[in-house]
Amino acid sequence: MTGIHEAAPVEILLVEDSPNDAELMVEALGAGKLKSRITVVEDGEEAIAYLRGAGVGIEVSSPSLILLDLHLPRMNGHEVLAEIKQDESLRRIPVVIMTSSEKDQDFIKAYDLFANCCVSKPMNQEQFASTVRKIELFWLRIARRG
Amino acid sequence: MNTAIPKGRPIEILLVEDSPEEAQLTMDALKDGRVSNRIHWVEDGEEAMSFLRRAGRHSAAPRPDLILLDLRLPRISGHEVLQEIKEHPSFRRIPVVIMTSSDDEKDVAKAYDGHANCFITKPVDIDKFIDAVRSIEDFWLTVVHLPAA
Repeated sequence: MTGIHEAAPVEILLVEDSPNDAELMVEALGAGKLKSRITVVEDGEEAIAYLRGAGVGIEVSSPSLILLDLHLPRMNGHEVLAEIKQDESLRRIPVVIMTSSEKDQDFIKAYDLFANCCVSKPMNQEQFASTVRKIELFWLRIARRG
Repeated sequence: MNTAIPKGRPIEILLVEDSPEEAQLTMDALKDGRVSNRIHWVEDGEEAMSFLRRAGRHSAAPRPDLILLDLRLPRISGHEVLQEIKEHPSFRRIPVVIMTSSDDEKDVAKAYDGHANCFITKPVDIDKFIDAVRSIEDFWLTVVHLPAA
């Protein structure tokens, strides 16, 4: 999606209900060399509302990457994922599940719902930050976007 | 380790690639990786599906943890292979990384619409090609939590 605004920052949507984790992630993403503009929403319904509204206004554009937690209030991560991947206008956006879940079933279900990939949240803060940066680097610099 | 794969077991990768040179380059690049892996190379889509189904000469095939899939394949196209995999109740969860020389936006869009997990355009330059494979290895084998087979 290049054009006049080639230097425009990339939009990243974080769907994360833990303020601590959200803060860590925003910091980690901001510390990287890539110019990203991050939006944080705290629950699944807000995420869907944001995504459906994005692209309509001049200010808000469709995110290039979604980092999605599984355990969310109101609508859980799997449901959000399913809605995104079933929506023709949203399904191409890479969705990276970032979760502290240790249940194999949670990961299998996410992949079955076509999550692009799943990542376990490291317990250690530094590793957490480093993991977030690796995700950003891979999805915004290496992988082609749809 | 960020994965459901039990320690000590190599990660099984299915490489679907019709060019022997590119397959060799890919396998060499993956061999030097940090994580123990085993690559199973097939040259077309039908063989890929036989491998997944453990049919014919692939009766002892392991379930791959990751699939690297070229789009330009003889007989069945990579898009069709992707579709077969993602429509299958148990193969669909296997991450499929499209690795193709196509730069065409339409191919990228079609692949993501078909639920490819990610799309990488193969660099023409050999060193960049190797770098790309290493980036794939680094991300998918050490950062990603792969689904338990």
